[in-house]
Amino acid sequence: MNMPATNPAVEPPISEKSGWDRAIASRSFLFGAAITFLVAAMALISFFWTPFDVTNLVIANRLKSPSVQFLFGTDHFGRDIFSMIMIGARNSIAVALVAVGIGMAIGVPLGAWAAAKRGWVDEILMRTNDVVFAFPSVLSAVMITAIFGPGAINAIIAIGIFNIPVFARLTRGSALSLWSRDYILAARVSGKGATRITVEHILPNILNLLIVQGTIQFSLGILAEAGLSYLGLGAQPPMPSWGRMLSEAQTMIALAPHMAIFPGVAIILTVLGLNLMGDGLRDAFDPKLRGEN
Amino acid sequence: MSWFLTRRLVSLLVTLLFATVVIFAVLEIIPGDPARLMLGINATEEAVAALREQMGLNAPLVTRYLSWLSGLVTGDLGTSLTYSSKVSELIGERIWISLPLALLALFLSTIIAIPVGLFAAARRGKASDTGIMAATQFGIAVPNFWFALLLVYIFAVVLRWVPSGGFPGWENGFWPALLSLAMPAVSLALPQAAILSRVARSALIEVLGEDFIRTARAKGLTKNQTLWNHALRNAMIPVVTIMGLQFAFLLAGTIIIENVFYLPGLGRLVFQAITQHDLPVVQGTVLLLVATVVVINFLVDVLYAWIDPRLRSSTR
Amino acid sequence: MTMSMKRSVLAGAAAIFLSATALTTPAFAAKDTLVMGVALEPPHLDPTAGAAAAIDEVVYANVFEGLTRINENGEVIPALAESWEISEDGKTYTFKLHAGVKFHDGSDFNAEDVKFSLDRARAADSTNAQKGLFAAIENVEVVDPATVKVTLANPAGNFLFNLGWGDAVIVASETAEANKENPVGTGPFKFGKWTKGASIEIVRNDGYWGKPVALASATFRIIPDAAAATNSLLAGDVDAFANFPAPEALPQLAADSRFAVVQGSTEGETILSINNSKPPFNDIRVRQAIAHTLDRQAIIDGAMFGQGTPIGTHFAPHHPAYNADLINTYPRDIEKAKALLSEAGFAEGMKATLQLPPPTYARRGGEIIASQLREVGIELEIIPVEWKQWLEGPFKGDFDLTIVSHTEPMDIGIYANKDYYFKYDSKPMQDVMAKLNETSETEARYALMKEAQSIISIDAVNGYLFELAKTGVWNAKINGLWKNSPVQANDLTGVSWSE
Repeated sequence: MNMPATNPAVEPPISEKSGWDRAIASRSFLFGAAITFLVAAMALISFFWTPFDVTNLVIANRLKSPSVQFLFGTDHFGRDIFSMIMIGARNSIAVALVAVGIGMAIGVPLGAWAAAKRGWVDEILMRTNDVVFAFPSVLSAVMITAIFGPGAINAIIAIGIFNIPVFARLTRGSALSLWSRDYILAARVSGKGATRITVEHILPNILNLLIVQGTIQFSLGILAEAGLSYLGLGAQPPMPSWGRMLSEAQTMIALAPHMAIFPGVAIILTVLGLNLMGDGLRDAFDPKLRGEN
Repeated sequence: MSWFLTRRLVSLLVTLLFATVVIFAVLEIIPGDPARLMLGINATEEAVAALREQMGLNAPLVTRYLSWLSGLVTGDLGTSLTYSSKVSELIGERIWISLPLALLALFLSTIIAIPVGLFAAARRGKASDTGIMAATQFGIAVPNFWFALLLVYIFAVVLRWVPSGGFPGWENGFWPALLSLAMPAVSLALPQAAILSRVARSALIEVLGEDFIRTARAKGLTKNQTLWNHALRNAMIPVVTIMGLQFAFLLAGTIIIENVFYLPGLGRLVFQAITQHDLPVVQGTVLLLVATVVVINFLVDVLYAWIDPRLRSSTR
Repeated sequence: MTMSMKRSVLAGAAAIFLSATALTTPAFAAKDTLVMGVALEPPHLDPTAGAAAAIDEVVYANVFEGLTRINENGEVIPALAESWEISEDGKTYTFKLHAGVKFHDGSDFNAEDVKFSLDRARAADSTNAQKGLFAAIENVEVVDPATVKVTLANPAGNFLFNLGWGDAVIVASETAEANKENPVGTGPFKFGKWTKGASIEIVRNDGYWGKPVALASATFRIIPDAAAATNSLLAGDVDAFANFPAPEALPQLAADSRFAVVQGSTEGETILSINNSKPPFNDIRVRQAIAHTLDRQAIIDGAMFGQGTPIGTHFAPHHPAYNADLINTYPRDIEKAKALLSEAGFAEGMKATLQLPPPTYARRGGEIIASQLREVGIELEIIPVEWKQWLEGPFKGDFDLTIVSHTEPMDIGIYANKDYYFKYDSKPMQDVMAKLNETSETEARYALMKEAQSIISIDAVNGYLFELAKTGVWNAKINGLWKNSPVQANDLTGVSWSE
């Protein structure tokens, strides 16, 4: 969420000096960043404080409509839905963030390696990629949780595995085009090894691309986590999760529609925020792509 | 072209073969003895051992993989551990729900997305374009199962227009069956339509910037004529590509939606089979879904190459 | 009782959550079809080769019949046997069979089929899930085509009741092996079609020997989810649930004049099962602390929306021998619970796992119990499991705590079996149950039953929560569905539509 702040300097050959400035000037980026910041802040605050303790079930308070006391109402166990959404944000963000981290940590080096080596390494890595890519993400997630049992950690692994080929492909594709550039050729002629070139020239130049893709994968991760939790395969009780809140709300939708509405809105806002941010960043870095999905 | 085709075909087969290894290996790790699962809790150890032998579970890993693979080639996917039917029959029954559902969702998503994309592209930069693009952002962010919940509440519970779930079967009439697929298809289609209309819009905008369009305009065609006659046809390439990918996604995306609507389709079959450790069904269904994705990717590649000969020389 | 544990658990699973009947869309003439919602799909349809209650919920009394059958009130009535005579010593039963009975494949039913079915069920290689029902049989003899003589090794007072179980139905030798996929019985309904994962249809048997049924066909639609159950009723897709799985929707349904909401009794004692052989739960102070912590009403309200009767022991409250005072053996008292725990050496608290099978009572009840036990420092890790995992784990004694409803009638005898999954080993309890088996006089039996209830309550063997309610919800125009569930069945033989 604080990606702009951690952005390292961008290397000169591809001119993007003003990329971040442009991003900050873009309305959609600002709007998205604001929403994302809000959700992240909610998640952080929940570590120290929530309006109510969600592990303490007060059955007498069950199914209360939204009010001053219970901002978003209560669920069938008398838990405060606002507090649950705060803690659920923590869960969603953690799962999606770590999953994207796994995808990047494994996918980027693999993609860079494939681009640097070409030949059979490239072929094998990309074929493996195709195979992993061919497994629909929900399907592989369900299989993984079937092996290791349901839970937040296994949801992370499942979503993370699906992120690997995304980053591997992206890195390989953009690295390949960089390898043919003159300044890389110059570096090779001067005797730099492939690893060194990758670290010094290739990676810094695709960093922005990775950040944009990372933002998009982050939002996909939030959706994927919600889907898994909805199926009962994500974080387990008493840890609240947005997806599970929705599946619990399902039987009570006629009785307590607020149970379904607020977690749904939380998911939509978070994903929307991240997507707007991602779009804003992409527009800023690559005006040619403006407006493309 | 034929060299390219051969190359891609070989790579398709290698990918598929690789996928069978992955599926087989992953399912080997899943705990639980299939023989015991079939016989139940009261079965004696001898009975379980006998069944293990009979099912060939005691054979070495490689032997079992090869026999599964040779079964695949002949269309024999084995027998379900929870139902006493052939896996191929189960899949054969259920695909008639998932396939129409995915096609219906794809159809809905397309008939919504193309006009919307066209409209937005034609009014690029105007307020209506901005509004549509904001709406599509929203559409992408909506989880389809949440949207499904709202649809059930509004149309099945409050208005009682459509069934809330379940499937009457095609043999009980075309319309009732189609009606029971309506809400699931709409829930699946909405986020996809949002994505597709964005793709369509930017593809159109790109094409509109190209020379031949300017030539067409110069020849005196109106803006709308240009859009319809030239731009749309050329912008179809990326749109069709995305549609191919979406179809694969939709087929797998039915796992959650079929669970919301209690549709006895492939998604539900595979989900139930996984939770009940019905390995032959899981293997068969997962392989089918994966093969669908791989084949569609292949077709998309071929289509690309056919349209743009420059791509034939590279491996993507 | 002990031999039917498996059944009790599976029946619990299935019986409780599912079973429903419903009628379809409105018609102009009097309706003669019914769509009933059931929560679990049967693995196959042969009641003589499987323990799943979901099988009986489709075929019992509808497709298959036995010599006797059990009615809505739990009484034994004649079925394929027109009448019977019991010898003086109680060891010989002579059954007179109905004439003119045919199986659905057109073949005649006669004494040979009875001998085949009973011998098959009790054979050494039998796959019958309830072989114990037939344990007393020494010999089955065909006297003439319409008469069968069954000789028992010892007198068995409940033999006629046993013959009324779904596991004791009569099948034909030619079709017995194929019954799993294509059941052929003698009942008033024939098997129609099974769409795997979706529904099972049965149709009227026009050649039925007895009173013809009013329904032309009935469909059991498999709806495993509570939300879908509610919606399917409201939308009119399903006309009845004999056992409605979503208590939260009952007020809404009861207020809707289209539906009848019918409360009946079940035999389902819902308990927090404790592994009595595993430290620290082998320490009675820990179990007592748990008992002092449980707030039954909160569990019933929160998990079942008020549907259920609190129990203080393992016994059905509607039984005359039930001891209602035991609800107060360990009243809710957090301070006392904490004191007991620190006495047992857990002043700093403790951790344990709580495995929860799929039904609502377990999944929701488990969250509430975890929250309650946290108040005294017991941290529970909640592990949701499928029934298969539950049978392989907790039911084999591999667990700390779990929640399950025991739906077997009069099953307090499980507490005399030290190998039963919660591993309770008590000489006094075993003695009382042994004495009960030898006692025939009602008052004396009741006294022993009360004593047994008291022993297990005081020993805090398990956390006794509540007796499940059986709530049927169906179209108000349907007559003849069962109110109570003495056995797991959806008997549609008397069902009709008014108008």
